[in-house]
Amino acid sequence: MNHIEQNIKQTFSDEEEKIWNILKEVTDPEIPVLSVLDLGIVRDVKVKDNKVEVIITPTYSGCPAMDFIGMNIRKTLAEKGFQNLKITHQLSPAWTTDWMTEEGKEKLKAYGIAPPVGKTFDKKYLENLQVECPNCHSMNTKVISEFGSTACKALYKCNNCGESFDYFKCH
Amino acid sequence: MKMDSKATNIVKNDLVDFTLFLANSSLIMGHRLSEWTGHGPMIEQDIAITNIALDLIGQARNFYQYAAELINDKNDKKVTEDDLAYLRDANEFKNLLITELTNGDWAKSICKVFFFSVWQFYFYQKMVYSKDEQLSAIAEKSLKEVTYHVKWSGDWVIRLGDGTEESKRRMESAVEDLWPYTGEMFVPSVFEVNLKNSVGIDVSIIKNDWIEKVKSVFKEATLSLPNETWMQSGGKNAVHTEHLGYILAEMQFLQRAYPGLEW
Repeated sequence: MNHIEQNIKQTFSDEEEKIWNILKEVTDPEIPVLSVLDLGIVRDVKVKDNKVEVIITPTYSGCPAMDFIGMNIRKTLAEKGFQNLKITHQLSPAWTTDWMTEEGKEKLKAYGIAPPVGKTFDKKYLENLQVECPNCHSMNTKVISEFGSTACKALYKCNNCGESFDYFKCH
Repeated sequence: MKMDSKATNIVKNDLVDFTLFLANSSLIMGHRLSEWTGHGPMIEQDIAITNIALDLIGQARNFYQYAAELINDKNDKKVTEDDLAYLRDANEFKNLLITELTNGDWAKSICKVFFFSVWQFYFYQKMVYSKDEQLSAIAEKSLKEVTYHVKWSGDWVIRLGDGTEESKRRMESAVEDLWPYTGEMFVPSVFEVNLKNSVGIDVSIIKNDWIEKVKSVFKEATLSLPNETWMQSGGKNAVHTEHLGYILAEMQFLQRAYPGLEW
């Protein structure tokens, strides 16, 4: 787990660690290769007096997947015997692609989506970026639209192999 | 006519008004832009403008949820975000007038997104420092999205302004049409004045940033800033153009016809 990278507290009870492990199985409905942990949207897990609270942060304000993700977390944990569940949405600190795990970025690439380039604190991400084509690995690509099949992605085209592809925006 | 909706009976206070002003502006802007779904000039841009609409409706939800929380805190009647969006009439909407204007052609829609997004950008940049934690959190979240809206619409202003004779003519006409609706963005309403030293922001101080940004994009787009002109106002005080009634009729029809309907 990448608690350090994602600025999450380090110490959890056995029960809480167990939940973190189960959350590896919950995937994003739009990008099924990524777990909610790869995405970095789980901020905290608390177990107290048999009550479980999972705190998640939305990727985009209008992301239609968020309610679905909350439901999937609830369902998966319920199947493993956790009944008293609460999913809390927390807006601040705002989610950033910087919290996406390196493993998650590799999975994205293998799935055909170019992962975010750079980190958000470096505002160069708003300039023209060098995005690698996930198909032929050429750097000779161009942006077609700042918004792709979902709000979190931009549409790119590879000048080398001619394929168009989604780029997960640095956000 | 006496309105019989639980949403009308709310405790008025400046914070609720301020939150609803932001909620209404994002919702109406987002709903208006969503009319482009399936009608964009090309599929990539159709998707882009409707994704912006989605971001705005998401931001509106965050504000509405917070407004409902504030109202419920002081009131026995439980109000939901949906009540505030779907069961209130035009005279309770505080959105900026520019958001309710019809889309017009692509140039006018682009110009609307550009003027509004640049305003949102500087507004949220200040609101991040609000003493109200939830408003600050929503601003922090929204700012990232708005940054992309400014870039996208700014690129289009340049493309059309510095494009063909026809595209330039359309862009110039859009700027002329919309300019009188930019004034009220920087004139604080009563609730903004009351809050400016606590949880709100002083809108008059972002005017300069807004003008400078518009100027720099217009320069690249070979467009000129309009001369000083009479400015429209009223949105923040719930006095609207004739366009708001129509958009509300369309947006609220289902909840009015089938109260409480879910899908």
